[in-house]
Amino acid sequence: MKRFVAALCLALLALPAMAEPVAIKVGVLRQEHSRETLSILDIPAADDALAGALLGAIDNNTTGKFTGQTFDVVDEKIAGAADAPAALDRLTGAGVALIIVDLPADALLAASDHLKDSSALLFNVSAPDELLREEACRANVFHVAPSRAMLADGLAQYLVWKKWPRWLMIKGSHPEDELLAQAYRRAAKKFGAKIVEERVYEDLGGGRRSDSGHTQTQRQMPMLTQNAPAYDVLLAVDENGVFGGYLPYRTWDPRPVVGSAGLFPTNWDPGHEQWGAQQLQNRFRQNYRRGMNARDNAAWLAMRIIGEATTRTQSAAPDKLRDFMHGADFSIAAFKGVRLSLRGWSQQLRQPILLSDGRMTVSVSPQEGFLHQLTELDTLGLDQPETKCRLK
Amino acid sequence: MQVEMKKHIFMLALLSFGAASPAFAYRAYVSNEKGNSITVIDTDKLEAIETVKVGRRPRGVELTKDGAELFICAGDDDAIQVLDTKTLSITGKLPSGPDPELLTLSPGGETIYVSNENDNLVTLIDVKRREQIGDIPVGVEPEGMAISPDGGMLVNTSETTNMAHLIDTKTKEIVANILVDSRPRYAEFKKDGSELWVSSEVGGTISVIDPKKRELKQKISFEIPGMSKESIQPIGISLTKDGKRAFVALGPANRVAVIDAESKKIEKYLLVGQRVWHLAFTPDEKYLLTANGVSNDVSVIDVAALKVIKSIPVGAFPWGVVVAPQ
Repeated sequence: MKRFVAALCLALLALPAMAEPVAIKVGVLRQEHSRETLSILDIPAADDALAGALLGAIDNNTTGKFTGQTFDVVDEKIAGAADAPAALDRLTGAGVALIIVDLPADALLAASDHLKDSSALLFNVSAPDELLREEACRANVFHVAPSRAMLADGLAQYLVWKKWPRWLMIKGSHPEDELLAQAYRRAAKKFGAKIVEERVYEDLGGGRRSDSGHTQTQRQMPMLTQNAPAYDVLLAVDENGVFGGYLPYRTWDPRPVVGSAGLFPTNWDPGHEQWGAQQLQNRFRQNYRRGMNARDNAAWLAMRIIGEATTRTQSAAPDKLRDFMHGADFSIAAFKGVRLSLRGWSQQLRQPILLSDGRMTVSVSPQEGFLHQLTELDTLGLDQPETKCRLK
Repeated sequence: MQVEMKKHIFMLALLSFGAASPAFAYRAYVSNEKGNSITVIDTDKLEAIETVKVGRRPRGVELTKDGAELFICAGDDDAIQVLDTKTLSITGKLPSGPDPELLTLSPGGETIYVSNENDNLVTLIDVKRREQIGDIPVGVEPEGMAISPDGGMLVNTSETTNMAHLIDTKTKEIVANILVDSRPRYAEFKKDGSELWVSSEVGGTISVIDPKKRELKQKISFEIPGMSKESIQPIGISLTKDGKRAFVALGPANRVAVIDAESKKIEKYLLVGQRVWHLAFTPDEKYLLTANGVSNDVSVIDVAALKVIKSIPVGAFPWGVVVAPQ
């Protein structure tokens, strides 16, 4: 304890002095994700996303010992979008002005509207919709999670580098699947690949768990994929996990599966360990007894951004944080080999995309040779000249 | 004729150095992160002469002051191994705590300071007794370690807290915390103790700190035509004994920056192997060796000419490098 106090006092000598220890409360607004997953390994834990924010707060508090700041997480888990306004009011009523949001796009937009007269800032850690970064972009929303276009471009660059340019697309029947398909069509055009045919897998409902389910699956998937034009990879477009996981090893032709199964693009995977990531994975597993998924990681990163901003600006005010993130010098380390920074025009975090097989990192995009006049990271997703975002 | 000439020069050389054996033959030790080995290089011949199998994932390496022993951070073995440099055999290990990466030795050589990343601690090890004698709580993911030439100040950098923690080695208390750019990885004092240089891998800068005033003095950033900002990732730093020049390894930019250490102006970028990690001078500062992770080689820089003169193949993923008299 003595050591702690001594360290603290001296820390204040070295850093711009803060009047007194500042308590920063960060909200986590989240809704349970579907437990209907093809693999039981993917069923979300009760602390999904939240655990990332909690670990971020622990990391920030270690730094906070030296800077006189404490970080706390206020969790608001809601049953559905209808409960979001009341939860937001509870958060702002408790003095929370920085809120990590794990909600679908429409609920996120509603939350942004609900808070438009306050100074609060939202950090989107899951919704991948382009719309949120384009036509419907908002000044009070920062996107830590990558968009569908960034993910699709990350995978497409690797497939082109690998010289696997012919893709057979099998797409689900949900609206999100069409949005993801659009991102892949755009990526194919952008990087010179070809979607040789598109097929649809209709979601007819029904559960994912069944006894001896594989016996039917191994007959259905070959039929779904037979009589296809020549192709290199089978591209699964299945954001809700309805069928994608059934495709590997069951296709008519022996072809690798990519996209929503097989080799998939993501901002994070529990198997990622390069660039010191092992340390973060170890810390997470020690604390929460499970692997860190993409949403956990985005929530951790949102918390780290908040920590960096408050440490460097010596302020917890949302407008100071916004200015800091928009500053030319803003960058954040995230165990992905290069610094992450902000696309000021859409408030999207600029970041590499990991390509994982669920066991380890197979590659990381941008790939060598995909050039850009400013930063290769902007070869992923929509670039400034094509943006439709006008922040307000 | 040519032979005659060579002989002539050789004679001259002998004359100018006196009759003693050539003083310029040193041995360099290179840790191979994936090879689980140490490559020994003869810096006179500029070639690898020996490969020694060591523990798993060897990275940080440090020599005792007399050069008799090499300490090796074997991360995946959770230990610091001790290599006898005469027999080239492992003679024991020091209790480092989990996953050691970098260490530094007190000027007298009696204490090792090692960063213990999992517990946010700097761990102190008594070299003779080969046991832990204390620890100091620091920021998240402690990494870079350096000690002032007078031994009074220890510096630790924490990668996620983004600070250089200045520690009084007598009281073992932190006396100042200085914010630097993202992911500070390595620290090095000028030999006269007047400046402390800290590299920020992700931030892409060098922070020059005044250790007496305990404040940031200046930041150095890098620009290489045709390379993106993200690819310039400073890691290893070597400062000449006279404090006039610095060499900084720039990681995936595959270059070593040559800096005028007085004006802090960048003089030159030297193209070396791929993903250059750490650097070491020969004691006479004639050569600077660079460990190049991805290209599995060591580049040799002629320090006077500021030219890369050779690439020496070593083991898989070379990471750390130190040089000692033979």
